[in-house]
Amino acid sequence: MNIFVCVKQVPDTETKVTPNGDGSFIETSSIKWIMNPYDEFAVEQALQVKAANADSTVTVLRVGGVKDTEALRTALAMGADDAVLVESADNLDSYMIAKALKGAIEKTGKKPDLVFAGKQAIDDDCLQVPQLLAQMLDIPSVSVVVGFEMNGSKLMLKREIEGGSLEVYEVETPVLIAANKGLNTPRYASLPGIMKAKKKPMAQHSLADVGVSDSDRRVKYSQFTLPPEKPAGKKFEAMEEGARAGVVKEVVDLLRNEAKVI
Amino acid sequence: MSKVLVFAEIQGDDVKSVAYEILGKLSGQSVDVAAIGSISAAAAAKLAKHGAENIHSIKGDKLDQYTPEGWSNALKNFIGDKGYDYVLAGATATGKDLLPRLAGSFDAGMASEVVNFTFDGGTFAGTRPLFAGKCLAKVEISGPKPHFVTVRPNALGMPTSENAKDGATNDATVDAGTIRAFVKEIVKGASEKLDLTEANIIVSGGRAMKNAENFKILNELADVVGATVGASRAAVDSGYAPHAMQVGQTGKTVSPSLYIACGISGAIQHLAGMRTSKVIVAINTDPDAPIFTKADYGIVGDLFEIVPLMTKEFKALLG
Repeated sequence: MNIFVCVKQVPDTETKVTPNGDGSFIETSSIKWIMNPYDEFAVEQALQVKAANADSTVTVLRVGGVKDTEALRTALAMGADDAVLVESADNLDSYMIAKALKGAIEKTGKKPDLVFAGKQAIDDDCLQVPQLLAQMLDIPSVSVVVGFEMNGSKLMLKREIEGGSLEVYEVETPVLIAANKGLNTPRYASLPGIMKAKKKPMAQHSLADVGVSDSDRRVKYSQFTLPPEKPAGKKFEAMEEGARAGVVKEVVDLLRNEAKVI
Repeated sequence: MSKVLVFAEIQGDDVKSVAYEILGKLSGQSVDVAAIGSISAAAAAKLAKHGAENIHSIKGDKLDQYTPEGWSNALKNFIGDKGYDYVLAGATATGKDLLPRLAGSFDAGMASEVVNFTFDGGTFAGTRPLFAGKCLAKVEISGPKPHFVTVRPNALGMPTSENAKDGATNDATVDAGTIRAFVKEIVKGASEKLDLTEANIIVSGGRAMKNAENFKILNELADVVGATVGASRAAVDSGYAPHAMQVGQTGKTVSPSLYIACGISGAIQHLAGMRTSKVIVAINTDPDAPIFTKADYGIVGDLFEIVPLMTKEFKALLG
C-alpha cells in the first residue's frame, strides 16, 4: 500500500509571534519550529497502517523552506520510509501548497492508497489544504478524524462535528484523511530511530519541478499586526470568605449593567 | 457592486445565525441565499428582511445528510454559471470542510475564517487572525471566480439595522454526483448545547478543576446563563475533559460575548484561542496568573467557592 503523509513545519505553540518590519509576514528569525501538532496524529496513523499491512511504504511530504527540516526529520525518525521536500518560501497560500503536494505525489510515480494530513496547520489555520488536495487528486476526503478502523480496502472513519457529535463515514481507498487530536497517541522518535532517519532518502524539488508558479497564488496576506491590547480590567480580591459574596454580586452586576453581556 | 451568494445551514426552523451576521455586512451588494434542504417560510422572511434578494432551497437525492463530495458537487452544479463573484458561508464544522473542496472544484481561491470584511468597490478584503489569534492580517483573493470566504460565527455580531429585499423563494433540484465517502450514522455528543465556536457564553475550566467530576459546578453555572462549557489544554491533557471541549491553539478558537475562565492560568496558546472574546471574566487563586492581564473582570479567589456563588447570583438575577 502506498501511504503518503503531508506535514507542515510551524512555530512552536509557546512562540511569541511578532509581525516583521513591513508587516508582510511575521518575524521568522528567532522562531523554534516544530511539526504541526495535528500532523503527528497523521504520521502515527500512517505508521500503524504500515505495521498492519505488509509491503506498505510511508512517504512523508512537506512544502516549505529548507533552512530547517525538523518536521520531515521527526517523521522519518518516527518510522516513515522516505521524505519529499518541495522547496518554497514560507508564505505560500493553501492552493499553491495543495498543488505542490499533488505534484510531489505524482513525481514519486506511486498511486496513493491513503493520504494523511493534520486537520489544520496551527500557523495560518486555514483548514484548506487537505480538502483541496483531495479535490485535486479526485479522491474522497474525511476531515477532523478522531476514529479510524481499516479492513482490507474498507475504512470506517469518525469525523468530529459540533458539540462533540460524530459523523461515521464508510469509504474505500483511495481516501484522504485529515487527523484531529485524539485519533491516537503519537509515538516519540527513539534514539535508534533518529540515527536511522539520517540515512533515509529525502528527495528535493523546486516549486517549478512540481508544476507550481506564481500565477497559482489565490490568496494574499498583508498588514500583519498584533491584535489590539485590551486596557487593564478590574480586579477583585476574594480569597477571604467575608469578601466573596460581595465580589461575586458586584461582578454579576457589572456584567449585567456595565458590560451588558447578560 | 458584486453578486454574492451566502450559503446558509438549516438549523431547526431557522438557519444558523452566522448567515444573518454575514448578510448584515453585505448591504450595497446583490445578495442571494442558498441552503441545502428546505428553508422555512419564517426563515425566508427573516432572510429577506436582512437583505436576501433570492432565497434558494437546494434539494436532490443523497443530500439529506452532509457529505463533503455530495454537498460540494451539488453546490458546484447549483452555482454553475450563475455569475456569482463571491460565495460566503459560516466557518462551522460543515462550512470549514465543504468550502475548500467547493473552491477547489472551481480552481478558485478562498479566505478562511475571517472576523471582519469590507466590499469597497465590490471587492472583498477581509481581516483574519493567524497563529491562533497571535496576529491579525488583511486577506485578499485573486484568480478565477467565484471567490470563497468563511466567516467566524459571532465575530461580526447580529445586524442592528434592517435592509429589506424581496426574498423571492425558489426550489432548485440538483445532482449530488458521485459520493464515495458515505455517512453511515451520526453519534450524538453528550452535549445538546451550542458548539463552542458558536456559543455566545462560554464557561471554561483549567487544571485547577482537579478532576472530571468537578466540571459539574461549571455545568450548573452554564445551565443558568445558557453557556457552553469549555476546557484548557491542561485540563484536557489531564483527562478532565474531552478534546472536543478544548479552547486554544490546538483546540477551538472562540469569540463569545462572555468568556468565564475558571482556574485557568492563561498559557499563551490558551489566550490565543479566546482573546477575541468580548468580555472575559477570570477566576484564579494566583493573583499573578497571566489570564488576569486579559480579563475585564478578574476575581482572585477559589473557583470552588466563587463559581457556586456566581451560579446562585445569576439564578436570582435571571429568575
